[in-house]
Amino acid sequence: MEVISALADGVLVALQPVNLGLAILGVIVGLFVGAMPGLGSVNGVAILLPFTFVIQSFTGGATSPMIFLAAIYYGAMYGGAISSITLGIPGASTAVATTFDGRPMALSGKAHIALVTAALASFVGGTVSNIIFTAFAPALASVALDFGDPEIFALMLLAFATFVGLGGDDIPKTIFSICIGLVLATVGFDIVSGEPRLIFFDITGFSHGIRFLVLAIGVYGIGEMIWTINTSRYSSSMTQVDVSAKNIWLAIKEFKTAWRGTSIGSALGFFVGILPAAGATPGSLMSYGVTKLISKNPKEFGKGAIDGIAAPEAANNSASTGAMLPMMTLGIPGSPTTAVLLAGMVIWGLQPGPLLFTNQPDFVWPLIGSFYISNVVAVLINLAFIPVFLWMLRMPFTILAPMIFVLSLVGTFAAYLDMFDVWLMVIVGVAAFFLRILDYPLAPAVLAIVLGPIAEPKLRQSLLFSDGDFSIFFTRPIAGPITILAIILILLPLFKVIKNKMKAAS
Amino acid sequence: MITRRTMIGLVAATMLASTSFTGIAHAFEPNKPVDFIIMAGKGGGADKMARLMQSIIEKNKLSTRPLVPINKSGGSGAEALIAAKGARDPDHTIMVTLNSFFTTPLRQPGLKIDAMKFAPIGRMAEDTFLLWVHKDSGITTFEQYLEKAKKDGSKWVMGGTGKNSEDNIITDYLNNNYGLSMKYIPYKGGGAVAKQVAGKQLNSSVNNPSEALGFYESGDMVPLVAFTDERLPMFPDVPTLKEKGGDFSYFMQRAVVGAPGMSDEALAYYNGLFKKVYDSAEWQDYKKKKSLMGDFMSGKDLVSYWGTQVDRHRKILKASGAIK
Repeated sequence: MEVISALADGVLVALQPVNLGLAILGVIVGLFVGAMPGLGSVNGVAILLPFTFVIQSFTGGATSPMIFLAAIYYGAMYGGAISSITLGIPGASTAVATTFDGRPMALSGKAHIALVTAALASFVGGTVSNIIFTAFAPALASVALDFGDPEIFALMLLAFATFVGLGGDDIPKTIFSICIGLVLATVGFDIVSGEPRLIFFDITGFSHGIRFLVLAIGVYGIGEMIWTINTSRYSSSMTQVDVSAKNIWLAIKEFKTAWRGTSIGSALGFFVGILPAAGATPGSLMSYGVTKLISKNPKEFGKGAIDGIAAPEAANNSASTGAMLPMMTLGIPGSPTTAVLLAGMVIWGLQPGPLLFTNQPDFVWPLIGSFYISNVVAVLINLAFIPVFLWMLRMPFTILAPMIFVLSLVGTFAAYLDMFDVWLMVIVGVAAFFLRILDYPLAPAVLAIVLGPIAEPKLRQSLLFSDGDFSIFFTRPIAGPITILAIILILLPLFKVIKNKMKAAS
Repeated sequence: MITRRTMIGLVAATMLASTSFTGIAHAFEPNKPVDFIIMAGKGGGADKMARLMQSIIEKNKLSTRPLVPINKSGGSGAEALIAAKGARDPDHTIMVTLNSFFTTPLRQPGLKIDAMKFAPIGRMAEDTFLLWVHKDSGITTFEQYLEKAKKDGSKWVMGGTGKNSEDNIITDYLNNNYGLSMKYIPYKGGGAVAKQVAGKQLNSSVNNPSEALGFYESGDMVPLVAFTDERLPMFPDVPTLKEKGGDFSYFMQRAVVGAPGMSDEALAYYNGLFKKVYDSAEWQDYKKKKSLMGDFMSGKDLVSYWGTQVDRHRKILKASGAIK
């Protein structure tokens, strides 16, 4: 009951004109970045984070800026489907699975049904996950209070292990990417020994460490921009969509046939989203696979099955809420986007972690309330303005690229007032581009930068406690199982290799 | 907050560059936004205090030009000290300092920074330190604490804010003078340390009152002894270490300094400005609430205070082996 009244108060705060306005603005921005191929939620959130300081200076607290960014995150999950369906190019990696059936359906002249199904499934996925989130979060936060240094380190280990064990990218490259992130995370002043480390060329700018925002904007602003310019030399044809009110109404009525994919996506998406390092993309792919598996007509999948659109779209929205859960309750981001949100919370002066729920109820509940509001706003705007988004999708990237470039430069400077950071950001962006060309996954590096500064001191503090004895990670009741699970996940690829070898031998 | 300041600052700077003129003969007034360097990261105690000063100046319109807060937390203050030392316009560069103002130049002679060269604008307060334990430890007096900590030896864990920090100095003092061998584990900030004590992950801490206040009010954390000369008004029942026979008190300076090379006219202006901040009702209220001590101090008095602090820290750091 306490939760319901807290939530009701939160929804009221989220409905205040400023917050509602920011939610609407955020959703529109999110729909846009989600729909534009080459941009996803993380790009929007990273590039616009510095501008939330402006919002904060007008509204005071951290609630309104966070509502804005969270709305972008949600909007992007909706927007991704638009280009997946009409262009056949996923607007964001989270909408890859939506192309499988969305594109064929659009080519068969039923693009309006695909678009409406995607929007409604997203809405259901978002709502279901919000309810699960509201029920779980306070409980998890109260358990997390008992977490000491070894427990937090074990969780960090688990986060890295999921990348290696479940990441799906090339494993040596994933490990290399994590290592780059960890090395960059050690730059600066070491709190345990009190000594400066890796101050390259004695530049004082390195003494405060490499700021996460500099990296995030470098990788997801400049790096992504160069990448898109380099890769999008194709021309694509856009499917015509008949978006008359009558057509949309018919499509809404048809949505009930997609209940199977919607419910699987909503539930599965959330739980995959909770896993660190998993997030919305694997969540939507897995939901698509499971729905196909249990469908009565698996043969229709890939040819325009309505369940094949509903499942990934419900899942990516649900997973994005799921990824918020460890971020809000444990202070551990599950995806690059939540990592940026976490960095924002720190910059706005909040202390993320289990105490957030006890110490900052004025922040937490309006934010959760805004999840519900943004979700409603997103589905309405999405349905009402489908033609506008289709028109925007025709915008050539040559217009968008300079905008991203300028926003990245101004945003980085505004955040820290330091030209050193701006140059570093550009260098990071160029480096990220080359790493992508060489097929290195960047998300592990970005998360390692966030998790490294948490994991390293926790490891050393734990070992100080135990006088250097590693058994502290195994003997404590909460840390033990987490550490063992992490080790199993790290070894998982090895098991697969051995299994394959044995198969080949026999 | 910072962005709007910046935006205003940038706009104001560009617009005024063409219209304003420097070199007014008599009293100094800033003719552009003033860089307000904070020797700590965002969100910590030092940062909140600096931003309070800024908001008092803004609210009471004490300055015609805005103060632009810039956080430089790197290298335990080294980054801030270097930035202030190399300031292009010393008359428009001021900095909020902590005790790392004394210790960092001592520990890193390579920086070639002399604390005494900075312009003495004003000491706004001295923060205090208390010894804290969790209420479930059952310890209520300093004597019980010594007994338990002695018995536990290196199993007794004290947390603090970094190696060779203020907390480390106090912990060393207790270990050396009371035959203890407490283990010292550094954390990122005072807030994190207090949280670990409240969560019973650490046995004790020497937090500032402002850092432990939340857990003190909720009853989780109990203060045992204050490292001050007199009892703190906020904790009238907590004895000082001096009452318990120890000859030791320790404070954290919260002072505003000007960049080396600041002109006398500018120094006089900032002296007046921060005296007004100090006298404001908001600042006095904050001092009381956060249990801060120390009167306003500026000019020669502040320089001689720094002199004694530098000497004292040199001795302390030599004794602990941090410097030769």
